[in-house]
Amino acid sequence: MLKEAEIRTFIEGTTHYFATSGQQAATVGSPYLVTDGKPGTFEYTGVIGISGARRGIVYFTAPRGMLTVLLMRMQETDCSEETILDLVGEVANTISGNARRDFGKNFVISVPTVVAHDPDKITAPHQRSYVIPINWRAHSAKLVVCLE
Amino acid sequence: MNIRQASLKLMIVDDSNIIRRRIERSQQIERLEVVGAAGNGRDAVDMFRRTNPDVVTMDLTMPEMDGIECVEQLVAINPRVLILVVSALADKATAVEAIEKGANGFLCKPFTDRQLNDALEELLRET
Repeated sequence: MLKEAEIRTFIEGTTHYFATSGQQAATVGSPYLVTDGKPGTFEYTGVIGISGARRGIVYFTAPRGMLTVLLMRMQETDCSEETILDLVGEVANTISGNARRDFGKNFVISVPTVVAHDPDKITAPHQRSYVIPINWRAHSAKLVVCLE
Repeated sequence: MNIRQASLKLMIVDDSNIIRRRIERSQQIERLEVVGAAGNGRDAVDMFRRTNPDVVTMDLTMPEMDGIECVEQLVAINPRVLILVVSALADKATAVEAIEKGANGFLCKPFTDRQLNDALEELLRET
């Protein structure tokens, strides 16, 4: 079960990522709890496995439109499928890694697994997930945190 | 960049192509010439032996061999190499461990071009 301060860590990580890499702040909506095991995905998802002191997954999921604009803001000219997948994994990795500032070194993160168009490939360890809605430049995305 | 003016060789290690290209594109230090890029620690060690870079940017969370182990191996090969860790792992203990293994600086992702260049400049002051 996540505490409010822990959710805030992920919110801050998300806003910091977009403000720095996207050069424009993202708006984060109110986080909500999903209890049916189906927090939902967009077209592309970067999944980070969490082990150590906490266990579970953190994933960032976004539509191609948002990821393409984010690549352009990073001066990246290659917007191929491979690069989109690389980016969605890197966003998930960066937000999860930044969370160690508060969670500490025993919040062990995996290398990202990336999924396109197939949400069934994402396996959450249990039914309860916190969803943090992200709005950036007219696009919507989500950060999903599912930790035991 | 003007290669003839370059006096130091830079190797970039990160499992993300985007970050490797971003570092290559945004570093504006004329003394640095990019001699290679690797996507995991094992490839980085092989490339390091082949290219003998003076400066390395090093991710930590990577497949095959992680960045901490890679730092240790690179320093064992050449103790004079300058290593800037560029990682999302934001806890102080990880930064301290990287420095203890032989890294010379730590830049937390996400970063701006300015932050990258400042971190590299600071690293090069040690030369």
